[in-house]
Amino acid sequence: MGISIELEVNGASVSEEVEPRLLLAHLLREELGLTGTKIGCDTSQCGSCTILLDGQAVKSCTVLAVQADGSEITTIEGLANGEYHPMQQAFWDNHGLQCGFCTPGMIISCVDLLSTNPQPSEDEIRHGLEGNLCRCTGYHNIVRAVQTAAETMNG
Amino acid sequence: MAGESNGAAGFGSSIRRREDPELITGRAKYTDDLQLAGMVYCTILRSDYAHAGINSIDTSEAEALDGVLGVYTAKDIEASGVPGGVPVGWLLPGLKTPEHYMLAKDTTRYVGDGVAIVVAEDQYTAHDALELIYVDYEPRDGVADPKKATADGAPLVHDDAPNNIAFDWEIGDKESTDAAFANAAHVASLDIVNNRLIPNAMEPRAALADYNNITGELVLYMTTQNPHIHRLLMSLASLGLPEHKIRVIAPEVGGGFGSKIHHYADEAIASWASMQVGRPVKWTATRTETYITDAHGRDHVTHGEMAIDADGRFIGLRVDTYAAMGAYLSTFAPAVPTYLYGTLMSGEYDLPAIYCHVYGVFTHTVPVDAYRGAGRPEATFIVERLVDEAARVTGLDPAEIRRRNFISPDAFPYQTQVALAYDSGNYIGALDKALEAIGYDDFRKEQAAAREQGKYLGLGLSTYIEACGLAPSAVVGSLGAQAGQWESAVVRVHATGKVTVYSGCSGHGQGHETTFAQIVASALGVPYDDIDVVEGDTGSMPHGWGTYGSRSAATGGSAIASAAEKVVDKARTIAAHLLEAAEEDIEFEDGNFFVKGSPDQSQSLPDVALQAYLAHNLPKGIEPALEATSFYDPANFVYPFGTHIAIVEVCSQTGNVTLQRYLAVDDVGNVINPMIVDGQVHGGIAQGIGQSLYETAVYDEGANLLSGTMLDYAVPKAHFMPSFETDRTVTPCPHNPLGVKGVGEAGSIASPAAVVNAVVDALSPFGVTHIDMPVTSEKVWNAMK
Ligand code: FES
Ligand code: FES
Repeated sequence: MGISIELEVNGASVSEEVEPRLLLAHLLREELGLTGTKIGCDTSQCGSCTILLDGQAVKSCTVLAVQADGSEITTIEGLANGEYHPMQQAFWDNHGLQCGFCTPGMIISCVDLLSTNPQPSEDEIRHGLEGNLCRCTGYHNIVRAVQTAAETMNG
Repeated sequence: MAGESNGAAGFGSSIRRREDPELITGRAKYTDDLQLAGMVYCTILRSDYAHAGINSIDTSEAEALDGVLGVYTAKDIEASGVPGGVPVGWLLPGLKTPEHYMLAKDTTRYVGDGVAIVVAEDQYTAHDALELIYVDYEPRDGVADPKKATADGAPLVHDDAPNNIAFDWEIGDKESTDAAFANAAHVASLDIVNNRLIPNAMEPRAALADYNNITGELVLYMTTQNPHIHRLLMSLASLGLPEHKIRVIAPEVGGGFGSKIHHYADEAIASWASMQVGRPVKWTATRTETYITDAHGRDHVTHGEMAIDADGRFIGLRVDTYAAMGAYLSTFAPAVPTYLYGTLMSGEYDLPAIYCHVYGVFTHTVPVDAYRGAGRPEATFIVERLVDEAARVTGLDPAEIRRRNFISPDAFPYQTQVALAYDSGNYIGALDKALEAIGYDDFRKEQAAAREQGKYLGLGLSTYIEACGLAPSAVVGSLGAQAGQWESAVVRVHATGKVTVYSGCSGHGQGHETTFAQIVASALGVPYDDIDVVEGDTGSMPHGWGTYGSRSAATGGSAIASAAEKVVDKARTIAAHLLEAAEEDIEFEDGNFFVKGSPDQSQSLPDVALQAYLAHNLPKGIEPALEATSFYDPANFVYPFGTHIAIVEVCSQTGNVTLQRYLAVDDVGNVINPMIVDGQVHGGIAQGIGQSLYETAVYDEGANLLSGTMLDYAVPKAHFMPSFETDRTVTPCPHNPLGVKGVGEAGSIASPAAVVNAVVDALSPFGVTHIDMPVTSEKVWNAMK
């Protein structure tokens, strides 16, 4: 009773037969081996599972794999393109991560944030990260990282 | 995109973390990211009742589900003959230690208590099958409040613990303290609830157990802060496998904050399940499951009093606490509200008389154990709240009353009335630096002017000390620890001069691979990039006690420094031989050995290493190869301290509290990597702000957890936090080779008192003298009425 879906993940075409209830997060992690996308909760709170679906940040734990049929997906593994994405670089340079578990989802959300608001204020950054939880950093250096990335990407 | 080259990245440099490239690209593997051939999944059915008898469990429908390999209950574990226990690792005199079995046998004692296990081919089926297990429960009354639980007639968690009292503990001198109160000119007195917290490491706990029934060996990948402790307890208490047949591996671990120290039933269950089905078994907690299984933190009900003389000097402190243990004694639970709590009651103050009494109390709740700070935040909160209340009743300024009562910088070592001997400190130094940075005098003017306009600003001080760097083994042993607290290190110089360091610590976000390499780069004069650090695998390193209690730099770092020193000593002997000089005449600088006064004739450490491995020409009695192992047992705890200041604005219309500024001046001794130390401070502050303004685990009267999902429990978001201002003073630890203290917990220890003191200061025009945490708008609004 599998359903066929086709999608593009990090630039590669993928065809899969999936159970209707399979979550996109599980498709990525279990079937495609893209474990950079994390699962940190079961109530759509934490944002660890954030990916880009057709260029927009979504929580992949809240999307069924079948809903992603025909879409283009970028996970953390597909963000760097030979070089680190400026956001990855900024997280590294600013110590924007400690345990790293929230980081893939956080970085994706930050990329999305700058794509809609290239020069956010500190307040806009903090509110823009409403959907991503980090327990380690107190967010201080995540905010610095986004500010640094914004400078790099606008410069 | 590979790593980066950093020639001179030794001790003290803010080098970027070498851990990060894997983490920012999604390449790092955490436990749940691992897959093994033939792997199956395990789920655990948990009690929905706080307290219930189990009449029967019907597993037949679940067993019949396609893809289910087995459904098990406590009876099956018993029948398998394994010990099946989940033991407590810290004993106090008179401690009640009721049996804690891997699954509930005939009674469940908290919402979350394990009842049955499913093993299935895939995780969806494993979850489906849970719904097909029918348990005939006989619900009973439960109790969650630690003080109410001690009342006569309260529902009992364990029949053999009357009034639910697990232990009755005291420290200090009751008589002299009572006498101080009899002579006091003023008494400050507060009733304080220290709110129960849920750790919320972002990575839920997980285990992947691979039992080989041919060799009898178990490889267990798990979310752990201390793989060797887990191996020990798995072996002795849960599984009965010989210790050397268990290998515990910590892959990447996504935060812990204490919650991954403890030995829970769940990882043992996954291991036992693997022993039953002969295949690798993975168990991964859902977030909701972590809420009802990860040991919670805090949960104290306390009455505290400070006796003050006519000059505003503290003459006595009296504290009476009911501390929840939850339904069972978790691994280190009895130590937390006793030796990590009562011993901190002197704070930074020269207090001549202290008495602290604690009841440890069983409640029908998730067990309570160490959570970031563990006992020290609770103690600091009481002391620092009482100091502010003392300022109020004496009419002294909060900074002035602190100054008057600090242990003076020339009084060290200072023996407190509650066992600890502080080795060093300069409390006035940190206070002055913080007051100046915040602009204390200006603030008081601004506050007065704002009040005239109906705007309520408040400033809160928290001048904290903590004892960490756990710990001198003989001392903790005499206090009840069933563990040592030394730390191990191996420094192995390879034939090419490259270095691998093994540490018994087990980091999970602290950046040990970076900072430990920095220590070795400085000690051996070897380039930073030539040094690798390995942790978290009982199969590759000597026994170690892990990472918690802000111990990794102070004990693990010191072990590494001692091992490196041994390496240099041996290399010096070989170098002297090669240079045909006396050993006493050999100098070691920047990685080179040379005869005093003639540095041009030298042997580098890699030269010596090669000779040590070739062993063609070694001095008599010297063994080949170049490596050293050290087991470092600290002489004392380490004592970080500092001053934290919060400034808040309270909205008189809504009761909403806004944190305007948060400033921390910490003294953590010498600093290996300032950037990482600041990061640790930020994270700790955020967790303390979380406790003081947002977070709380709520149980209802029947001991049902109301804040049972991430939807109902306020893990702070980015916009809940201000930017933090951080600074330092440096008072090196006098008794370890690096002069380092600890930093992981400082923020969470200091910040709750700073925030609440600020709110109470803001509300002083309303006659408010205390508000319990979390300080929600509702509480503030009611207090202002
Ligand atoms: S896993 Fe938490 S929001 Fe998706
Ligand atoms: S870095 Fe650990 S949760 Fe964000």
